[in-house]
Amino acid sequence: MKRQIPVFLVFIFGVFMVFQYFSPHEASEWVYKFLMDWIYIIGIFAMALGIWSLIHVSYDKIKHKRHDWGYSVVTLAALFIMTFFGITGFNENGDWGFYFMTQEGLTNPMFLNFFNYILVPIETTMFSLLAFFIASAAYRAFRARNVLASMLLVSALIVMLRFNPYFGDAFAFYMNKTAAWLLNVPNMAAKRAILIGIGLGMVGTALKVVLGIERGYMGKG
Amino acid sequence: MTNKKDTNIFNRMMSIDRRWVFLLLVIVCVTAYFIPFTIPILIEPEVAVIHEFIDTLPPGSIIFLAIDYDPASLAELHPMTYALLEQCFRRNLRVMCTALHPNGPSMAEAAFLDVADSCRMDKTYNGEFFPAREVVNGVDYCFLGYKPYPALVILGMGTNFRLPFPADYYGTPLDSIPLMRGVQNYDQMACVVNISGTSGTEYWISYGQGRFGFPLALGVTGVMGAEYYPFLNSGQVFGYMAGMLGAAQYEKLADNPGKAIIAMKVQLYAHFLIIFFIIIGNVGFFMDKYKKKREGR
Amino acid sequence: MRYIFVIFSLVLLTFSAGLAQVDTLGVDSILLNIAPPSPISNLTVYDKANDHGHALILEWTPSPDDGAGMNTVMLYEIFRSESPDSPFVNVGSVPLGNSRYDNIGILEKESRDYIPDNTDLYYRVDAVTINPEVRASSEVFGPVRSYSNWFHRGRVPVLLAVLIFGGLMMYFVTVARKGAELYVRPLAGISAVDDAIGRATEMGRPILYIFGLGTADMISTIASFTILSRVAKQVAEYQTQLIVPCYDPIVMTVAQEVVKSSYLDAGHPDAYNDDMVFYITTNQFAYVAAVNGIMLRELPATNIYMGKFYAESLILAETGAVAGSIQIAGTDEVGQLPFFIIACDYTLIGEELYAASAYLGREPIMLGSLKAQDYAKAAVIILSILGIIAANFGLTAFTNIFKVLD
Repeated sequence: MKRQIPVFLVFIFGVFMVFQYFSPHEASEWVYKFLMDWIYIIGIFAMALGIWSLIHVSYDKIKHKRHDWGYSVVTLAALFIMTFFGITGFNENGDWGFYFMTQEGLTNPMFLNFFNYILVPIETTMFSLLAFFIASAAYRAFRARNVLASMLLVSALIVMLRFNPYFGDAFAFYMNKTAAWLLNVPNMAAKRAILIGIGLGMVGTALKVVLGIERGYMGKG
Repeated sequence: MTNKKDTNIFNRMMSIDRRWVFLLLVIVCVTAYFIPFTIPILIEPEVAVIHEFIDTLPPGSIIFLAIDYDPASLAELHPMTYALLEQCFRRNLRVMCTALHPNGPSMAEAAFLDVADSCRMDKTYNGEFFPAREVVNGVDYCFLGYKPYPALVILGMGTNFRLPFPADYYGTPLDSIPLMRGVQNYDQMACVVNISGTSGTEYWISYGQGRFGFPLALGVTGVMGAEYYPFLNSGQVFGYMAGMLGAAQYEKLADNPGKAIIAMKVQLYAHFLIIFFIIIGNVGFFMDKYKKKREGR
Repeated sequence: MRYIFVIFSLVLLTFSAGLAQVDTLGVDSILLNIAPPSPISNLTVYDKANDHGHALILEWTPSPDDGAGMNTVMLYEIFRSESPDSPFVNVGSVPLGNSRYDNIGILEKESRDYIPDNTDLYYRVDAVTINPEVRASSEVFGPVRSYSNWFHRGRVPVLLAVLIFGGLMMYFVTVARKGAELYVRPLAGISAVDDAIGRATEMGRPILYIFGLGTADMISTIASFTILSRVAKQVAEYQTQLIVPCYDPIVMTVAQEVVKSSYLDAGHPDAYNDDMVFYITTNQFAYVAAVNGIMLRELPATNIYMGKFYAESLILAETGAVAGSIQIAGTDEVGQLPFFIIACDYTLIGEELYAASAYLGREPIMLGSLKAQDYAKAAVIILSILGIIAANFGLTAFTNIFKVLD
């Protein structure tokens, strides 16, 4: 029974969503909107479970003073401080208070400062790490070991050099044209082929889930 | 015990410690940033078509701008947003906007306020004079903010914007916003421009353009740059700005040089350095192979 | 010509507006002396197809005075009523030169823009000049009704494709159930999972399993759950440590159930601990920073990346390489595949991720569905070739079969 009910529910809702794509009727749209609202509700409850999990794991590390437990202190402090400043603020009259349902928290100067001066620089820094890793990965990976690897190397050089202005206008023009051809023809052809395969795989997997053939998401049963 | 034969210079050329690569990259990027020079930017047709489309829209048309990125992608995508918004407001186009990333709304709001400030000054772009004007929230633009589950939001907005967004980012009911009078869904939009560093782009293509058929243009990060050409070629997307280069091209088209054009010189020299290391690695590879062949190994 | 006249008229009106000394009699007399234009003709109104109702489309032949002469039509105003005798209400307008208007109502009954379904409605279109009082009304068209459609006829090609694919799947699953041998080519990445788990057990180091940034509704995440269940079962049998940091809270709750069930199936339910599968954050780079920290602290022997990855893929894979882990990746995110191929030891490309569950279990039903996918791909290739030939010879009838209308 514990296994049959989820499979039955997945079947019913899966079939309905397929039906809804082909049926624009108002009634089908109403049910679809109703289900959309429920996805938000379930998501919020799941978020509560997730936050509990994070607090529990971090607290456990702090309590038993496991390796690098200090980072868990920072994690919990950041969680509670941002939440506090996000739900408190000053209203139009300058009165400070807790505002759960309105926007005063989002315009709280401390919340904005944490966002603009801590979160934004940290996120841009993490993304910028990609530049360094790409450089070291490109250095390791672009070796002309065989014909195909050589073609890959030459293509990469063309795309990287396409907006280089130092070798003359003619060079830049032809590099740009070649790079555009590489992106619009072989790259696009390969991506289309992979996308078609992925698309069919997705439909196959979705059908297997809806029909109850694929049950890995419930745990093996 | 290290075999001396395996630590020759060619082997070392093939296995430079990645920390040297990182250090040299930092030096090159910082140096290129602080030396004042510009590089010419060549315009690609997929970027030009977006600029031309917006330039030829009649005043009063509404553009839907989907700002779906977080601070991580700010460097590449914010210049696109700024150039586009300035072009729209100077041409008296109206803008509706969502920010379907949790960290996006503050940045999107900041972009509107900054561009509104810029529009308070007389400016000339591409030889055309634009007088100062006031950009008013609710009249010239409507910022809807963030809602989770972007696929559902995109689908909901296709029926009516009021479904996922009964009120705008500031809590004002949509029905009392002047811009929203007579505006229900994508049918009233001249086009949708999705500037994204996330999977939101796929949702806009499949759930948005695929279902509702509106003209869709994309602005994506460099990492995603090669991914969406199939959609451009199939006509599902009419314009495409990829990465810092796309942003710089748009700034040039709009005659509104900003951070993207400045950053292109840093990118160019970083590419030169990467090419240098690739050449070093390949020279080491071939010379080592030749050496081994000569030694009969 | 008509635009010059419009601009002239507007300039004339502007100058006449605030200048008391100017004799406005001339402008007023122009406006009063405009003759009524000819009305539109051939007005038809019909229900908008393939929609949820509350929408009608009007088409007409423009007035002969559209863009011509002093009494040129400036716009067309559309009026609607629920009976030919009751007052008509203005529901919209289109500028000159247009011959179509989509009257799309909203669903709220209290709103002015609401159009009731299954109700007789009557329409009239007025051709209006620069003087709004000088206009010509068309004949009333009606009764006409809007309907909600149960089936979207423009999506028939999609329905046929789904039915054919579903049929193929059922056929091959039936064939597989009857015991037929179905060959699928070996995948190095899947074969390496067992060895990687063994390696982790020997080294006494944990296994790190990463779902990526997908949510529970994504097919790649669902495929990853299946792979996790098999990995967790083996991990439970070998009594190795498993670490599963999650990006999405719903994914976390499902993953906890999956791992718990796998430990139960392996006969080691007591070895399961909820803290093995935990939530970090739904912020891309904060998640990456946390996972990188786990890699550098815990030094896992094996990293398994299965799911949806974006820009963080190379950061994760390179950090894993620095930590000395064996790395097996699988994603359907095409843009990230090159990064995984460079930095990981084994990579499952695109649909190989979806096929992994069939490979790991070798169940006939799963292999049957893989076969169906392969035949569907073959059909796509054949149809693409036929489509290229048809398009080159101008045989649009063939290509139109596959057009999906909105």
